[in-house]
Amino acid sequence: MSEENLFNTKGVKKNFMFVCNKAPYGTIYALETLEMIMISAAFEQHAVIAFIDDGVFQIKKGQNTKSSGMKNFSPTFGVIAMEKEDADEDDDIDMIWRIVVEKESLEARGLSSDDLVLKTEILSTAELSDLMAKQEVILTA
Amino acid sequence: MKLGLLVNEGPFTHQASDTAYQFAKAAVSTGHQVLRVFFYFDGVNNANKLSEPQSDDRNLVKMWGELASEHDIDLVVCVAAGLRRGLKEEILADGFRISGLGQMVELGMAADRTIVFGD
Amino acid sequence: MRTLNLVNKSPFEKNCLESCVRLAKSDASVLLIEDGVYAVLDKSAKSFLIKNHQQHLSFYVLIDDLDSRGLTNMAMIDGVKKLNYGGFVDLVVNHDVVHSWL
Repeated sequence: MSEENLFNTKGVKKNFMFVCNKAPYGTIYALETLEMIMISAAFEQHAVIAFIDDGVFQIKKGQNTKSSGMKNFSPTFGVIAMEKEDADEDDDIDMIWRIVVEKESLEARGLSSDDLVLKTEILSTAELSDLMAKQEVILTA
Repeated sequence: MKLGLLVNEGPFTHQASDTAYQFAKAAVSTGHQVLRVFFYFDGVNNANKLSEPQSDDRNLVKMWGELASEHDIDLVVCVAAGLRRGLKEEILADGFRISGLGQMVELGMAADRTIVFGD
Repeated sequence: MRTLNLVNKSPFEKNCLESCVRLAKSDASVLLIEDGVYAVLDKSAKSFLIKNHQQHLSFYVLIDDLDSRGLTNMAMIDGVKKLNYGGFVDLVVNHDVVHSWL
């Protein structure tokens, strides 16, 4: 297995966006996208983690997977929140992370920010659209 | 231009791998460089050398290996996603290598454009 | 930043195109590929998704995927431009970022 970085990316700092738009557990996209987000922290890139459409269900409180036998990965969002806090507080880390949720997606599903397992910015469709247009690398699954 | 591709789905079940392949082929034939194709989620199955499509159908696993060899494209299979799906060194097709998820982030940093192909 | 949006699912199957046109910024482009090409059929129950947004978004469709699905000679929404994989590559190069709506 090769871990070498083959490209010269010294000094590169881009605006990454991870679009989370699928519900958890029915497919693996939510979990494996979360793993990608976690790895990206090591590269100190700017990142926006955007929850839209059914993706808002990924961060819903109270997930209990005991009887289904599936891995409950919602606690990992707490780690994401901590990464963001560390980046915000540490002046030596030049990494801006934002965790955002589209208001319309939340409301269409009868949810509010009180239902979410972590603190997020609730953006209107127009605000999210503006934010999306500023990204340089957009990863979806 | 330097291009980076992320392929999220395996061969045949979804068109993603075909589209990515055709795109990569068109890109290199017009002078662009495909730096790397990162295979994640079920996309790791594009690297399975045991794949045996029907004789009158395309062989995506071989096609990727040949394109990569001809145009110096780095084909990377995510180790974690691979392990989940049993995609290990012993069944890795020619032209592919297994590496960490960081290689996808690095690709996003290095490429001028990153394109995702999936479901 | 000008975005090239890729939509690969039929609007009858998934809401990807709907989400895309809701969130895409003015002056962006949308390329329909794979099953996404069904969105360009004129006079379908989903034609409005493209028609209502043509003022501020440019729509394109991949010929190869139209042909595979037997749609080559079907009436298409006016103003949607057809292109091949070479054109797809050009679109990618001529936009700043690509957003796949999966």
